[in-house]
Amino acid sequence: MSMGDGPLVRMVNIHKWFGKIYALRGVDFYVNRAEVVGLVGDNGAGKSTLIKILSGVYPPDIGEIFFEGRRVSFKSPRDAIELGIETLYQDIAVVPQMDIARNFFLGREITKQLGPVKLLNLKKMVQESLKSLEAIGLRIADPRMPVENLSGGQRQGVALARAMYFKRKLLILDEPTNNLSVKESMKVLEFVSRLKEEGISSIFVTHNIHHVYSIADRVVVLSHGRKVGDYLKNDTSVDEIIRMVVSS
Amino acid sequence: MSTKAMSQQLNNYPRRGTGNTIMKIYQNFFKTLRLKETSIAVITISTVLFFYSLQPVFLSSTNVNTLLSITPELGIPALGITLLMIAGEFDLSIGSVFGFTPLLAAELMSTGIEAELAIILALLSSSLIGLIHGFITVKSGIPSFITTLGGMLIWRGAALLITGGQPRYFRIQERIANLMTGPLFPFINAQLFWFISIMTLLWVVLERTRFGNHIYATGGNRDVARYMGVNTDYVKIFCFILSSLLAGFGGIIQSIRLGVALPNQGDGLEFDAIAAVVIGGTSLRGGSGTIFGTVIGEFLGRIIENGLVIIRAPSYYFRLYIGVVVIVAVILNFYIARRVKEGERP
Repeated sequence: MSMGDGPLVRMVNIHKWFGKIYALRGVDFYVNRAEVVGLVGDNGAGKSTLIKILSGVYPPDIGEIFFEGRRVSFKSPRDAIELGIETLYQDIAVVPQMDIARNFFLGREITKQLGPVKLLNLKKMVQESLKSLEAIGLRIADPRMPVENLSGGQRQGVALARAMYFKRKLLILDEPTNNLSVKESMKVLEFVSRLKEEGISSIFVTHNIHHVYSIADRVVVLSHGRKVGDYLKNDTSVDEIIRMVVSS
Repeated sequence: MSTKAMSQQLNNYPRRGTGNTIMKIYQNFFKTLRLKETSIAVITISTVLFFYSLQPVFLSSTNVNTLLSITPELGIPALGITLLMIAGEFDLSIGSVFGFTPLLAAELMSTGIEAELAIILALLSSSLIGLIHGFITVKSGIPSFITTLGGMLIWRGAALLITGGQPRYFRIQERIANLMTGPLFPFINAQLFWFISIMTLLWVVLERTRFGNHIYATGGNRDVARYMGVNTDYVKIFCFILSSLLAGFGGIIQSIRLGVALPNQGDGLEFDAIAAVVIGGTSLRGGSGTIFGTVIGEFLGRIIENGLVIIRAPSYYFRLYIGVVVIVAVILNFYIARRVKEGERP
């Protein structure tokens, strides 16, 4: 790690307007290394605006972002990805019709030189993806199977294993357990804790307080564009968080 | 990967119990079915047997030779739009480009330009046409269905305008003609050689290169592809260029074979080609499809066309049969894909 022990990412005094709507009103937010932070709040609280700023979708109107101690500004999501910040939106993580190995290496395919041409090294792509999937606790019989044949939780697993393989430092998970069965959700939570063991931080954005409570080290509550709570999990309870979200 | 290799991988996976062998056979059965080409290959073989049983002349060497020399010129454009359709776009203009390109070459030759150069310039023009269609589609965001519908009318109109509706002779030195349509070996003429070469090349591009992976991703889910760093605009424009270039190439081959460039050459080709691609299992919504599927689909079209003539059915039946086959093949693909999904679900 380059910058010692400060937080991995720090957002300071973030403001954002959309026309007349004052979406973020001076939010301070940070994530430590290998920390899982739950980001909760009701609809319109500003959760998705905050993470979109952090993932480079749009810039803040006022405020600064520091990554590993250095001031950064993102022109596009690519800039954030280059630094190691990857956002997994529910629907846009994988291409359903493509097989697992091809999805895994999309945009960063492994090739081998064959005379004058570079061809895909499918064998290696299959091996490497299989290895990463197993490391995260996802057993797949055949990585050449199209992703659309996988369950929702397994698809999340593929995206998470990919993030781990490519040494992402911070994952932003936008409602990862939405539309998943209880069993599947548990699986995704398990994947996230594996990532934490690997030293990867996550921001877990959700409506589901129970899910986030089971896995987060810290929970941040937003309401009407302000941060109204920031608790270490051990200092709070599910009931208290729910009260914060509802009452403010 | 071959079915064998897949099942080997499956065997390494510890999922055991009673009925082991039956399970394996069952899984392999679905693995084979998963190859999109299977159902269409079965239909094609049945069709061949059907025509052969009615009229054995169908499989005579003369007739097989005819089939093998006509299929490439119409199949090469279909190979081109396969990639484009996998990338999630359409090209309705290929029939018009198929007619326009050889006419342009004939026109250039009539001004005294060497045949080779005229053909190369005409093919460059057809690539440029693809570039224009692609650029407009990608930058304006309008559906390629519209862009290339416009293109279809424009380039057909241009062909009629250039010629005043009259056919042009397409006579070139035998040396060049042989390169494009001459006989090489028994049953293998130059155009078949071109067809197989282009097929192989495009298969490698699609299945074994990074760019091929990006084509599938662009058609499968453009947002994901973009997010993962794929330049989807570039991918699409490239596929438009390829589609147009191969349409022009097919047109040149046909004109050389016939010795004439007709202003209405390739009229309706776009629909036959799209039918072949769809029959071959390529998704209309993009994201999936195979080169071999298109090749089989194209052969099936030509076999039906030719077979109807051989059994002396009125040739008007052709479109009717192709229409039925399109619907049946797509339903079959759809049904099999669903069954495979159920059979495979872990």
